[in-house]
Amino acid sequence: MEKFSYVNASSLEQVTALLSDSGWGEVMLIAGGTDLLAELKEYVETPKTLVNLKTLPGMDGIEADASGLKIGALTTVADIAKHPTIQHHYTVLAQAAVSVATPQIRNVGTLGGNLCQRPRCWYYRDETTDCLKKGGDICYAVDGLSKYHAILGGDPVYIVHPSDLAPALIALGASVTIVGPEGEKTMSLEEFFTLPAANPYRENVLQPNEIVISVQVPPAQPNTKSFYLKAREKGAPDFALASVAGVFEMDGKTCKSASVVLGGVAPAPWRSKEAEAALTGKMINEMVSKQAGSDAVKDAQPLNDNAYKVTLTQNLVSRAAMMAAS
Amino acid sequence: MASWGEASESRLIGKRIPRLSGRDKVTGKAKYTFDINRPGMLYGRILRSEIAHANVVGIDLSEAEALPGVKAVIPIIEVGKKIRYQGQEIAAVAAETDDIAKDAIRLIRVDLEELPYVVTEADAMAEGAPQIRDDWEGNQSEPGVREAGDLEGGFAQAAVEVEATYHAPVQTHVCLETHGHVAEWEDDQNLTVWASTQAVFGTRNDLAGTFDLPANQVRVITEHMGGGFGSKFGPGVEGRTAANLARMTGRGVKLMLTRKAEHLVAGNRPSMTQHVRAGATSDGRLIAYDMKGYGTGGISSGAGFQAPYVYHVPNLRTEKMNVAVNVGNQRAMRAPGHPQGAFAMDSLMDELAEKLGMNPLEFRRINDPSEVRQAQYTLGAQEIGWHRRNSVPGSGTGVKKRGMGVGSGLWGGGGGPGTQARVTINSDGSVEAVTGTQDLGTGVRTAIAIIAAEELGLNPTDISVKVGDSEPGLPSGGSGGSQTMASVAPVIKTAAAAAKQKLFERIAPQLEAPVEDLRVGNHTIYVVSDRTKTIKWELATGQLGMESISEGGQWDEELRQGGAAGTQFAEVEVDTETGELSVIKIVAVQDCGLAINRLTTESQINGGVIMGLGQAILEERFMDAQTGRMLNANLEDYKVPGTFEIPEIKSIVFDTHRKVTGVGEPPCIPTPGAIANAVYNAIGVRVRELPITPDRILNALAEQKA
Ligand SMILES: Cc1cc2nc3c(=O)[nH]c(=O)nc-3n(C[C@@H](O)[C@@H](O)[C@H](O)COP(=O)(O)OP(=O)(O)OC[C@H]3O[C@@H](n4cnc5c(N)ncnc54)[C@H](O)[C@@H]3O)c2cc1C
Ligand code: SF4
Repeated sequence: MEKFSYVNASSLEQVTALLSDSGWGEVMLIAGGTDLLAELKEYVETPKTLVNLKTLPGMDGIEADASGLKIGALTTVADIAKHPTIQHHYTVLAQAAVSVATPQIRNVGTLGGNLCQRPRCWYYRDETTDCLKKGGDICYAVDGLSKYHAILGGDPVYIVHPSDLAPALIALGASVTIVGPEGEKTMSLEEFFTLPAANPYRENVLQPNEIVISVQVPPAQPNTKSFYLKAREKGAPDFALASVAGVFEMDGKTCKSASVVLGGVAPAPWRSKEAEAALTGKMINEMVSKQAGSDAVKDAQPLNDNAYKVTLTQNLVSRAAMMAAS
Repeated sequence: MASWGEASESRLIGKRIPRLSGRDKVTGKAKYTFDINRPGMLYGRILRSEIAHANVVGIDLSEAEALPGVKAVIPIIEVGKKIRYQGQEIAAVAAETDDIAKDAIRLIRVDLEELPYVVTEADAMAEGAPQIRDDWEGNQSEPGVREAGDLEGGFAQAAVEVEATYHAPVQTHVCLETHGHVAEWEDDQNLTVWASTQAVFGTRNDLAGTFDLPANQVRVITEHMGGGFGSKFGPGVEGRTAANLARMTGRGVKLMLTRKAEHLVAGNRPSMTQHVRAGATSDGRLIAYDMKGYGTGGISSGAGFQAPYVYHVPNLRTEKMNVAVNVGNQRAMRAPGHPQGAFAMDSLMDELAEKLGMNPLEFRRINDPSEVRQAQYTLGAQEIGWHRRNSVPGSGTGVKKRGMGVGSGLWGGGGGPGTQARVTINSDGSVEAVTGTQDLGTGVRTAIAIIAAEELGLNPTDISVKVGDSEPGLPSGGSGGSQTMASVAPVIKTAAAAAKQKLFERIAPQLEAPVEDLRVGNHTIYVVSDRTKTIKWELATGQLGMESISEGGQWDEELRQGGAAGTQFAEVEVDTETGELSVIKIVAVQDCGLAINRLTTESQINGGVIMGLGQAILEERFMDAQTGRMLNANLEDYKVPGTFEIPEIKSIVFDTHRKVTGVGEPPCIPTPGAIANAVYNAIGVRVRELPITPDRILNALAEQKA
């Protein structure tokens, strides 16, 4: 990696001041470093300054009460996975957290870093390949090897968003709080993520001088079942070939409302309005769940090597729906 | 005639004895090459090409040389020469720290004139592809053709025929310890190298030749090493470079390959594509076999594979060739040519059996000439519960479907002459066994102690074993071809026997008995005809004074034997909605002759099965035609088995005789075939391409539906 100077953050004002008018890549934030360090070592990023967020006071920890959850950006993935309230009432989130990487990485990797982590695309991670996301002219996945790439929302950049926590949190209706030079703002996590058509270079709306400080989750509804299903090639560590975060409010076998968010198949966590519509108000049986699955992928446009993801995603959605009804 | 005696007479041989270095390894005390740090040592790094094919127009080292902390910068490739694959060495540096060395190689300016390249077999074989070898037309070697019997006559007798294409991609070795060396010169005439190598003496001789030194002025040390699997038989460019940098700077230099370089240039198992048409008679005899196939081993040749394999075919024609691509070269990899050949052959056998409406195991019994495997089929089938398999493939109910399959293998491992060893008995009773072999993690060190201890009536922990050092000047061959155990064991045994004989000669007069009547056991020498006459080991050796007994050993043909048949059974479970595959159990019945140490023999079998499993379900090198680069030269996207993938492994040491046979390679051979057949038995669709990953399973299921 290139040399950089290292600053231990002491306040949010200091962090935003350090970030201001540097643009992307000059000054970078480091939390657990499990994603960033690999980028530095591969020279994919070469910042002049690293700002260590872990020294910021009060940014880790989980508050769980009647108003829902508030999770600080520095909370580790492991702490999310093992939190009893999350395990019982926000199961999809606990399941997503425990599916992340390995125990070692979960112990240091943070929520903020998980949401803001960069693509795993093998062209992106290669220093010498100057692809569209890095300011080059083409997305190499289009004509290249695309087994792990997007089937939905790709054009013009076919990365998949790697986060497992994001689909779970979006399915739970989470919002995210961001601090910038102008102060604090809160927005829905779903809107936080963006597609490449809007901006091929970044995966979210965060500006170079902003920082994620926390995520809020509304209170769990009674009679709700939630699951995170993640298909992968190997047990651990492995990113999702496709994943489904499903939150279903049930009345017996009837689905009163459904929230279905896909991971590993699009450049952003992909809310499947189609699957939700196919399930909402329906008595869930095999036919209905199959319909939800095929509706979820009806706009899929696979590349050369990833048509299997269409079937896979479809099956995962149906499976999640059937699990809700059982 | 020398022999290992009857099992009933063995106190140690054939028992389960913990590895002598086990404790040091788990506590971190064991020093691997990576752990060697010499006073004042420098760090070496190699600049490698990211371009697959280019003319080297210029190399400018000056900026790198000017970086503070850099002690030497040398070109490796000459201007005017060609780069032929990504990762090829361009230049190297030695610097005070590894970080400075890393920075320095990035300051080397290289002017490359890019040339058209091909990195996939399909591109290499395409019409109009750039020619990357002057001596081959269309990037393909002259096909090697083999014919036997009467092919057309054979097909005429066939009641069923199968025609299919099987493919296995390139697999890399993934040695956990990457290739590397620490080199240090005492003066410009004496070189010591700590090497992660499979060949201590081969490395010594190579370096002696490189630097024009008498061989005895180069010392190579490999105390512990982290895996080679056929890829570490000499110093290679990196070892010679380390020694060169050390000589230039007068300091020790450590140069270990990065994980990326390890994938790119440190060897691989060639790919295999074979198109085969085969026939069997109605009574289940494999009668005709016609195969055309190729593989790539990089720009070099060496992409052979076994076809047909183990089963008897009277009428055949095979045609094999090499395809050249601009990618790093193959090296021997655990049973070269066998696992991929076995995968194709065992898949084919199952396809034929199904057409005949025969149980695949019955079909094998008819066509397998090996008596050993015939017995193994029975044992393995019992152990896995073969009767539980789906008699109609894919007929299981539910989303997750289970199935079973079988695969076979064959290896040599008979060892050979060329090892020298010495067993020394000192007056304090301590015993040393010394030879120039190396322990790659296989347990040969422990086996040597067992053999010497058995012979001398001591415990394995009483023997101090010295291996992995060329200095005592007791050469042994490289550890390849599963030859080490069978090559070393006879020499250690005869050396220990000779030392014992010398000690008996010294003690016999005191015990007033003829030498032939002396025996040793339980730290005591006694007279077999009069058990009251005894002398404690230490009292006996105490009389040696300054005259330690030190005896060499002899190669003995009678103590070893080649030929190791193996059979494996796999049970798998396939999630038919996600394509996820879990291997539930592998039963590995492995012929191995005399197992000196049953525990480490089982460990070898476990390791082989895990490696075969990786090839079967995970490992694949991805080459990008657009950039000429390997896309997964890491351990994130080049996936190897972890704890979640490793199934229950039942390793059965099938010791058919009491002569030593090597078992390092054969246990990885039958695994991919057994798993592929189990997948078919589970889902009723065949995946003819390795590795069997979720995409391939889902695609196969989709095709079946369509
Ligand atoms: C082998 C391996 C396997 C993995 N498997 C998975 C997996 O299965 N699922 C998964 O979801 N992830 C996986 N990951 C990614 C893993 O890095 C994240 O899960 C982890 O949570 C990242 O957190 P971190 O604190 O270490 O991030 P860092 O590396 O510190 O940061 C990542 C990025 O986010 C930015 N950032 C960090 N915190 C903030 C903040 N508060 N505000 C704004 N920007 C911020 C950083 O600048 C950086 O660009 C894996 C990683 C590895 C190395
Ligand atoms: S998917 Fe994105 S990161 Fe990958 S090659 Fe295309 S543009 Fe680059």
